Amino acid sequence: MFKQLAFLLEITRSRSLVRRYFVVNGFDGALTMLGIIMGFYVSDRANLPIIINSCFGAAVALGMSGLTSAYISETAEQKKELRELEQAMLKNLDGSAYGQATRLLPFLIAAVNGLSPLVISLIIILPIWAATLSLELPFDPLEFALMLALGILFLLGVFLGRTSGTNWLWAGLRTLFIATFTAGLIYLLAPS
Amino acid sequence: MASLKRIKLDVLKPHHPNSLDFSSTIADKSPGARIELTVAEVDEKTETVFIVIEGENLKYAAIVEAISEMGGSIHSIDRVEVESESD
Repeated sequence: MFKQLAFLLEITRSRSLVRRYFVVNGFDGALTMLGIIMGFYVSDRANLPIIINSCFGAAVALGMSGLTSAYISETAEQKKELRELEQAMLKNLDGSAYGQATRLLPFLIAAVNGLSPLVISLIIILPIWAATLSLELPFDPLEFALMLALGILFLLGVFLGRTSGTNWLWAGLRTLFIATFTAGLIYLLAPS
Repeated sequence: MASLKRIKLDVLKPHHPNSLDFSSTIADKSPGARIELTVAEVDEKTETVFIVIEGENLKYAAIVEAISEMGGSIHSIDRVEVESESD
């Protein structure tokens, strides 16, 4: 099953596309959570259930948006590429690996695009959720969640650095800087 | 009954899988076969290749299936060697 999926990704040159969707939408998810939590952090501290419901709502919406938008666009793109290849080959390719890729890959790409922001967002709000269950945390739940968001954004940068073969530390620090800058901007511009 | 020992095919294939993966997949479907693939022409989305497959009692249907699965299309059988089996 995984071997076949890897083969389909290889022949359609979609491996980098999946990686790109994972990083781009994961980045979206992490930065959105950072923004929402930062907004609550600089305001008058709404109670935790309100914060968690807001974050959870945004996480689900990001997941659904990623899932549906990628499925619709990838189905259209894969079909277009299959028709173009069929024209060049003067042959119907529905029964070939290319036909299989056109049917299966939109589901895989949509799953990656939808699950990436959803899972990352859920990880970030984990400390807030734990606090609502009265679990003991080493830090304030909002600060803990913010640190997790910054950590995940750093790791996404590291992943990009390793993929591109550049310095992973520099790539990680770059995304960490973007995240810190965003948090700083919210802190400075938030109406008091 | 005659057994197929050697066959040369003129095949049109997409660029991917590449020649190495393409011939390896055919080899996987024809155990014991030796395969030589020569790229004759490269176009924008396709390439024409000549594939020579040698082996004992090759299964033509399995070769055709492997090529079709990878999106290839056999244009012609250019050369063939068969051998009758003694009773």
